[in-house]
Amino acid sequence: MAERSDITKTWKLFIGGSFPRSESGRVAPVVDHSNRLGGKALAYAAQASRKDLRDAVEAARAAQEKWAASSGYLRGQIIYRLAELLDGRRDELVAAVRMSGRVGRGKARTEVEIAIDRTLSFAGWCDKLDSVVGGRNAVAGPFHCFSQIEATGVVAVIAPEDFPLVGFLTLALPALACGCSVVAVASSIEPVPALIVAECAPSADIPAGVFNVLTGLTSELAPAIAAHRDIDAVVACVQPETAKLLQLGVSENLKRVRLVSTDAKFLDGAAWTSPNAFQAVTEVKTVWHTIGV
Amino acid sequence: MTTPATPTTSWEYAPAPESTKVEIKSQYGLFIDGTFREPRSGRSIATINPANEAHLSQISEADAADVNLAVVAARRALKSWRRAPALERAKYLYRIARRIQERARELAVLETMDNGKPIRESRDEDIPLAAAHFFHHAGWCDKLRWASPTADGSAPEPIGVCGQIIPWNFPLLMAAWKIAPALACGNTVVLKPAETTSLTALRLAEILQEVDLPPGVVNIITGAGETGRDLVAHDDVDKIAFTGSTDVGRAIASVTAGTKKRLTLELGGKSPNIIFADAAIDQAVEGVVSAIWVNQGQVCCAGSRLLVEESIADEVIEKLRLRMRSLRVGDPLDKNTDVGAINSRSQLERIEGYIRDGIAEGAQRHEVSNATLPAKGFWCNPCFFTGVQPAHKIAREEIFGPVLAVMTFRTPDEAVARANNTMYGLSAGIWTSRGSKAYEIARQIKAGVIWCNTFNQFDAAAPFGGYRESGFGREGGRSGLSAYLA
Repeated sequence: MAERSDITKTWKLFIGGSFPRSESGRVAPVVDHSNRLGGKALAYAAQASRKDLRDAVEAARAAQEKWAASSGYLRGQIIYRLAELLDGRRDELVAAVRMSGRVGRGKARTEVEIAIDRTLSFAGWCDKLDSVVGGRNAVAGPFHCFSQIEATGVVAVIAPEDFPLVGFLTLALPALACGCSVVAVASSIEPVPALIVAECAPSADIPAGVFNVLTGLTSELAPAIAAHRDIDAVVACVQPETAKLLQLGVSENLKRVRLVSTDAKFLDGAAWTSPNAFQAVTEVKTVWHTIGV
Repeated sequence: MTTPATPTTSWEYAPAPESTKVEIKSQYGLFIDGTFREPRSGRSIATINPANEAHLSQISEADAADVNLAVVAARRALKSWRRAPALERAKYLYRIARRIQERARELAVLETMDNGKPIRESRDEDIPLAAAHFFHHAGWCDKLRWASPTADGSAPEPIGVCGQIIPWNFPLLMAAWKIAPALACGNTVVLKPAETTSLTALRLAEILQEVDLPPGVVNIITGAGETGRDLVAHDDVDKIAFTGSTDVGRAIASVTAGTKKRLTLELGGKSPNIIFADAAIDQAVEGVVSAIWVNQGQVCCAGSRLLVEESIADEVIEKLRLRMRSLRVGDPLDKNTDVGAINSRSQLERIEGYIRDGIAEGAQRHEVSNATLPAKGFWCNPCFFTGVQPAHKIAREEIFGPVLAVMTFRTPDEAVARANNTMYGLSAGIWTSRGSKAYEIARQIKAGVIWCNTFNQFDAAAPFGGYRESGFGREGGRSGLSAYLA
């Protein structure tokens, strides 16, 4: 009997809880950078169009309010479940992180382990951010005045080209944890790890539309993200010229922008999970109520 | 709470002008590196009293070379200021707070003369809050590492040289909102006040000299839009903090895009004030007065859209009409004045344009009919519109004047939908006697500051700032510090 051959998978987009092809019909190969296999395609991923982005934003908007209204405790359990599912697919994730041959097995394994642990860490933030960042304001008058933390809304994430798993999760998870919905653009070089996360999302009970993943060209999608008036915030790890483009998008609708340097060391330290990670994706709401009889 | 007196009998007040005399120099230089100096530009701008159009003084107009001198001074001062022991920085801020308190009456009179707001407001709100802002932030200087913990436990670092541009509606208070947190966090400052209301900021510069604040830590440069543009565009400014219109905020964001400059924006609003049928109606009507007619409505968070539950609409509108009639419009320096002058002729024209739009679009205007406005100066009768549709300009655009758009709703869901039907999100008022309802509506409204059974309350300890196109970043409280920490 002949040796069984692999099924070369075509990975699709993740929009509104389903896995559609790009409406453009375009597909791009995940290219073998190491040339181990003679430059052949290792897998195929959909190449999202601007229309796919608009569809994803629409799905994200529709799902956001309910996600934000869910309790932090519930969101924490869902993100914890995501960590469980990712842990179960650890070997597959390691293979995906090193699919194109840009990093070795050891580095890939380290990245996957840190990424899963970071997911766990953000799960724990969901019901604690309010008490760390918000609280009662001691105002000089007869008022009960407190500041609470709310989700900014629909957040576009542009993941780094390197660190296709830990970079992707480090930028997307703060938004998810605090109740934003996310439209995330995966690394264009190594898109598969992010797509595995997308496949885990429904099983983790992330509601449809809350988390959407696009694969494709940042050069095509970033201008559309900058110009989109229904995206409330952008978190991106991109080259300076793309960063400027995204900052120009602020003048469209005052969207909040958090930029992370492409030199960022995603494998390092606790700073990635500090409350600062939430700044662009949360709003501080100050509520005053009179005190009196 | 008593029902406002029906003005069937005419209650005449004797004039009660504030008697404190304030000395105003014939001209002011730029405050750079601890001293007042002539502008390189050689140009100056007249500043007038908007209540009578009397000339008050000439203020300097800084050009790009002047802006550069101020930024260089701020950069030079940064090195030792950021490294100064935290409690030493605190002592300067405490002293500034004290000197503002000690010179409060003088500052209030000057503010009223330059801005046109009633002395009651400048005396009881603007100046005490400005002092409180310095006092509050003085206490933060040595506590930053707990306010904004870093991964390695070290104290957070300041951002550097901050360019700050402030509006004309609360001149000294906005200067305090900008300068106090910046200094507490170890930054240095180049502040540009609005060209129509620079006098109290220049008086603050004198106070900074009195307390021996190290030269260059705060520089105050006067001028108009061009000066602001030069400051925003300066290469050696690390952060821009702007309070003003959404249009200018957008323009600033375009200029700072692609640079390392950090940006916080506190912009416009079209804030809803929602009265439910179960509210204490007399208190709510008083709340409407403070929401839209305080400071002649020239407040970014003004409650300029009144949403009233349909079943009580007639009663609220009638009470509002009576209450509006008892507002005293006139000499801002009179202690009995409720509504003063509009800050400038251009702002008055803008407001009058919106009033014409409201009438043209078919809404009905209700105004104080018997007010006799002074012949000179910039005056606008407080008014409100009924018959307003959500699509009307006066229901959508920020007017920044004493003009209220009244609309009705039937259910809490409809109230929330109408309240959120704006691109702004700065503030909201909720009037109901049911606490649980107030908190639920507060949760659903997309705005940065929500007042339940009150309106227009401010405190240095309470974060202030907007959602959506009302800008980003907060001022006040612990959240406000992060705008000035790297």
